[in-house]
Amino acid sequence: MAEHPSTAATGPGAKPVVRRNFLPRIGVRGLGLAAWIAAFALALVVLMALFAPLLSPYDPIAMNPMERLADWSLAHPFGTDAYGRDVFSRTLYGARTSLIVGLGAALVAVLIGLPLGLLSGFFRTLDAILMRIMDGLMAIPAILLAIAIVALVGSSLWTVLVAITIPEIPRVVRLVRSVVLSAREEPYVEAAITVGSSLPKIMWKHLAPNTVAPLIVQATYVCASAILTEAILSFLGAGIGTETPSWGNIMSEGRIYFQLKPSLIFWPGLFLSITILAINILGDTARDALDPKLGKRRQD
Amino acid sequence: MLAYILRRILASIPVMIVVALFIFLLLRLTPGDPAAIIAGDMATPAQLAEIRRNLGLDQPLLTQFVTWSGQLLTGDFGQSLISRTPVLTLIGQRLEPTLSLAIVSMIMTLILSIPMGVLAAWRHRSLTDSAVMAISVLGFSIPIFVTGYILIQVFAIDLKLFPVQGFTSISEGIGPFLQRIFLPALALATIYIALIARMTRAAMLNVLGEDYIRTARAKGLSERIVLFRHALRNAAVPILTVIGTGFALMISGVVVTESVFNVPGLGRLTVDAILARDYPVIQALILLTSGIYVAVNLLIDVSYAFMDPRIRY
Repeated sequence: MAEHPSTAATGPGAKPVVRRNFLPRIGVRGLGLAAWIAAFALALVVLMALFAPLLSPYDPIAMNPMERLADWSLAHPFGTDAYGRDVFSRTLYGARTSLIVGLGAALVAVLIGLPLGLLSGFFRTLDAILMRIMDGLMAIPAILLAIAIVALVGSSLWTVLVAITIPEIPRVVRLVRSVVLSAREEPYVEAAITVGSSLPKIMWKHLAPNTVAPLIVQATYVCASAILTEAILSFLGAGIGTETPSWGNIMSEGRIYFQLKPSLIFWPGLFLSITILAINILGDTARDALDPKLGKRRQD
Repeated sequence: MLAYILRRILASIPVMIVVALFIFLLLRLTPGDPAAIIAGDMATPAQLAEIRRNLGLDQPLLTQFVTWSGQLLTGDFGQSLISRTPVLTLIGQRLEPTLSLAIVSMIMTLILSIPMGVLAAWRHRSLTDSAVMAISVLGFSIPIFVTGYILIQVFAIDLKLFPVQGFTSISEGIGPFLQRIFLPALALATIYIALIARMTRAAMLNVLGEDYIRTARAKGLSERIVLFRHALRNAAVPILTVIGTGFALMISGVVVTESVFNVPGLGRLTVDAILARDYPVIQALILLTSGIYVAVNLLIDVSYAFMDPRIRY
């Protein structure tokens, strides 16, 4: 996550056209202090998620009726929940759920949104139909749509992922489409059309690279938004079942004991906030660095 | 102008049709028998047959959709599967808390966010600017339910300034009403404040570099008049736009806030209906909120012309 800009510069999708624009702008000096702290915090969360089985002292779903709602102690750094499960271990595993949902939603939204946006920017009839569908989807509040899907289809990690990704797709499609609409007027695209390049080639070689930079920025926001939505769904009781710990469902179970044990809400809430904050800060940094025009307009 | 308004209203019709179609298909295309989903696990075959007949599930999909939208247009949203009361009655009962929450929260947002954004742009690159931006990023990133519980812990439990949870109707006096609504409205407002303060700052920065601002200052107008009458007015369009698109945040925020603060409004009704799979209620609520979202954005589009005399249709 922290390597967003550099991945973009070296990744296979980045053609020289894009690279010339932003490579010189990304450097160690270019990143502010906030971005470094954010990258560090996010790296910690990623490590937590990767090494959760090694780091957690207990099985995150093992119940222990003898130690219900225990206070902070060396054995249980964050205390235990109403079933005597170790909150520290559950929080570590919760990082996994959040990152899977965040990265998964960003990836799937881009994989579906990119081709739809490319096609939509090119074919007028398709564009008219697709944009009406996207307008309709965007008018439905994301959380309501997601809880409705989860409630109807059933709550597993995968349905939650699908339910969270669907409302994010229109934003990606609209973004790609707007980039394509302006890029297809460029001389090099007209030249490619004139020399008779095939349509898929024009789309993939000439138009798609233009979308890389804005997509990276958009993907960070989708990621943050998906992590938040998952937490909200689980918090409302319409998310992932508690056998898969998630920051949202730890808080959801802690709700009724809030006045007694604020720590059940506090710890997962803290990690959730830090993760979303870090991703948003990195997204803003990427946006300012990848979009020179925007930076100038904002006069920062 | 009138032609423009009419055109915009017409353009929102296909959006609402897509919303209706999507909600309609959501139930019909869900794996498994929709009647069984509605009835739950304990349903008898007779109940299933009754539900199928009531929903017209034995008809072709297109016929079903036409009948269903026809009923919606005549204001027939069906009745709750759980309480057997008409859906519109249920919604009516829950309207007051949600409206109060949304309005108080909106007022708080406008009072706080716009001066914050103006101040940050006016004192660009100062400590104040950084502070406003930091508050904005924080407000945007900390989820409402975390903010909500922090507010409850600090202001209700530790300082005992406000009641912990619940809702008091405005008919029981403005004092108790405000005391109960303050914390939930503030929690709901944080994300909106962050969004609008940020957009106000960006829009003001754009405008403050313009020649007419220099002219206004040169002719000796007070800084307050320059900022609020000349600059803010010209920065209004992007601010209004983000108020409109951000309204979606308000809607989902209401759902969460009402759960945290135990406010018996539409948000609670939605969550309860979804958890109980009370499908007619879910349908009506999603249609209603989407309709409100579309209407708010329609109003904002139209209001551009009033806010910015340069825009002519």
